[in-house]
Amino acid sequence: MSKERIQISEALYDIMPSDYQDLVKSATYGKEDRGWKDIGTSKELIEQHSLCAGCPESMAFRYILASLPNPEDTVMVGSTGCTSLVFPMVAVHNIHSLFGNQNAIASGLKRALSVRFPGRVKDVVVLAGDGATVDIGLDMTLQAWFRQEKFTTICFDNELYANTGGQESGLMQKGFVAKMAPVGKLFDKVRLPEIARESGCHYVVNCTVSKPSLVEKVIRNAVHVAREIGPTYLQLYTPCILEIGKNSMEGLQEMRDSEKPTERFAYKEYISEPAKQLLAELAAKDKERKAAAKQLAGQASA
Amino acid sequence: MSEYRVLPGPEHFLPPAAASMGIRLPNPGEAHINGVIASEEKAYEEAARQFLMAKVPTIFPGPLVLWAWNEKAAKKATAIRHLFNTLKECVQPGQKPMLIPMPDYRPKYPKINPEVEINPNHPNLTIWHNKIDCCMFVGVHCHQANLSLKIIRGGTSCYTIAMCAQAGHEDAMLSFRDASVEKIMKLADTVKRLKGTVQPRLSAKNGGAN
Repeated sequence: MSKERIQISEALYDIMPSDYQDLVKSATYGKEDRGWKDIGTSKELIEQHSLCAGCPESMAFRYILASLPNPEDTVMVGSTGCTSLVFPMVAVHNIHSLFGNQNAIASGLKRALSVRFPGRVKDVVVLAGDGATVDIGLDMTLQAWFRQEKFTTICFDNELYANTGGQESGLMQKGFVAKMAPVGKLFDKVRLPEIARESGCHYVVNCTVSKPSLVEKVIRNAVHVAREIGPTYLQLYTPCILEIGKNSMEGLQEMRDSEKPTERFAYKEYISEPAKQLLAELAAKDKERKAAAKQLAGQASA
Repeated sequence: MSEYRVLPGPEHFLPPAAASMGIRLPNPGEAHINGVIASEEKAYEEAARQFLMAKVPTIFPGPLVLWAWNEKAAKKATAIRHLFNTLKECVQPGQKPMLIPMPDYRPKYPKINPEVEINPNHPNLTIWHNKIDCCMFVGVHCHQANLSLKIIRGGTSCYTIAMCAQAGHEDAMLSFRDASVEKIMKLADTVKRLKGTVQPRLSAKNGGAN
C-alpha cells in the first residue's frame, strides 16, 4: 500500500468515521523524522484499545507505532496474547498468527514481499508476548534468527501469561509466585537477549519502555538493521500490573525500578560490527540532512 | 432446482450458506431474487420497490468504494451518493434513508459505534440499533459480504441486497452481479421511476429490530 492510495472517496468523505478522516488528514505516514514527539500533535496509528487502564503495553504500542520509520510499508505480525486485542485497532497492516509461529509467518512474508515488490522497502516487524516468543514459539524464533531472516522481533516481556490468569513463562524471574503458579518459579529467567546474540541477531536490546526517546531509538535502529543486514531482537519490559499486584498508576514506576543497573532490565545492547557501521552511516546522513534543513530554514528567514 | 429460498430472517442462529442449500449464482446479465434466477430488469424493479417500502432503507458502502484507490472506485462512490440522494428525494415522510460506511473489516473491540459504521463481524448491531429493514451492500469484498449477509439473515428480518462487482451473492435476498457505475445509476433511475407507486411499511412492526 502506497500512502498516496490512502485517500477517502470525496463523494463519501462526510460519512466516514472521524478516526479514518483523522488518519488521512494528520497521521504521520511518510514523514521522514517521525517519532514519539508527534504524539499529541498528530493522529496516532492506534485507536482506542481494550487493554487495562494504565497497562505499560499500551505505552509501548504507542511509542513503537509512533517510531516505525516506514509505517505505510510495514507489516506487523502478532501472536496470541494481550497484543492480539490491540492489533485490530492499529492502522498498520498486520497479521495475527497462530500461537508461537509468528517468526515463521514473518519469514515467509518478508521473502514474499521482496519478490512481489523488488526495489521497494518493505519492513516486517514481529510483535509478540513472552509466551509466544520464548515458550511456545521458541523454535520458530530461533530458526528465523539462524536463517538470518531480515526482520525485527519484538518481545513484550511481562514475565508471565497475563491474559489467561498468570501462568509461569520462561521469562518469569526465579522465585516469582503468580496466581496460577503458586509454587514459585524454580529456575532462572531464560536469557533470550544472550541467546539472540549467539543465534545471529545483529542488534539486540533489553530494556523497559519507561523512556519514549529510548524506545524510539531502539525501534528505528532495529528496523534499519533488519532491513539491511539481518535479524534484530528487542526485549521490552511491559509489566502486567494486574498480575504483579500493582495499581493502574504504578506501571511506570515498576519499569523504572526494574531498569536500575543491578536489576534484570538494566539497559543492555549488543550491536554487530556490520550493524555498527550501518548505524554510523545512518547517523551521519541524518546529521547532514538536519544541517541542510537548518541552513535552508536560515536562508528562508533571512 | 433447490426449493430453498433466501428470505428475510431471523432464520436462526446459524443459517446455512445458501450455496449449500443449492442456490446458484446468476450468469452475466442475470440477477437473483430470493435465490431464484431472474432478469436484471426484474431485479432493478424489485430492489427499488424494497427500498421504497422500507422504513429505514440503508446503503452500506464498503472499502472498495469508500477508499479512492483508483478512479473507478471514486466514480462508484459518486454514483452511490447519487443513489442515496435519489432515495432521500423519493421516500415519504416517516421513512429514513441512511448511508452507513463499512470502512474496513477489523474485528473491532471493545465495540463499534452502530450509529456511524457497520462491521462485518457483527453487522446485526448496526441493523438493530438503527432499525434497518432493507439494506444494500456495495463495495464489500466477497468473503466479508457473505459473512455479514449470513449473520443478518440469521439474526434480523432485514431485507438484503448485494450490488456485487463480481459474481453475485447467493446469501443476499437479491443480488446483482458485475456492478458498475451504470448499474448503480440505473437502480437510482428505477427508484425515481417507481416513486409514489409503492406503499411504505410504516405501520407494520419494524422487522429489522427483531
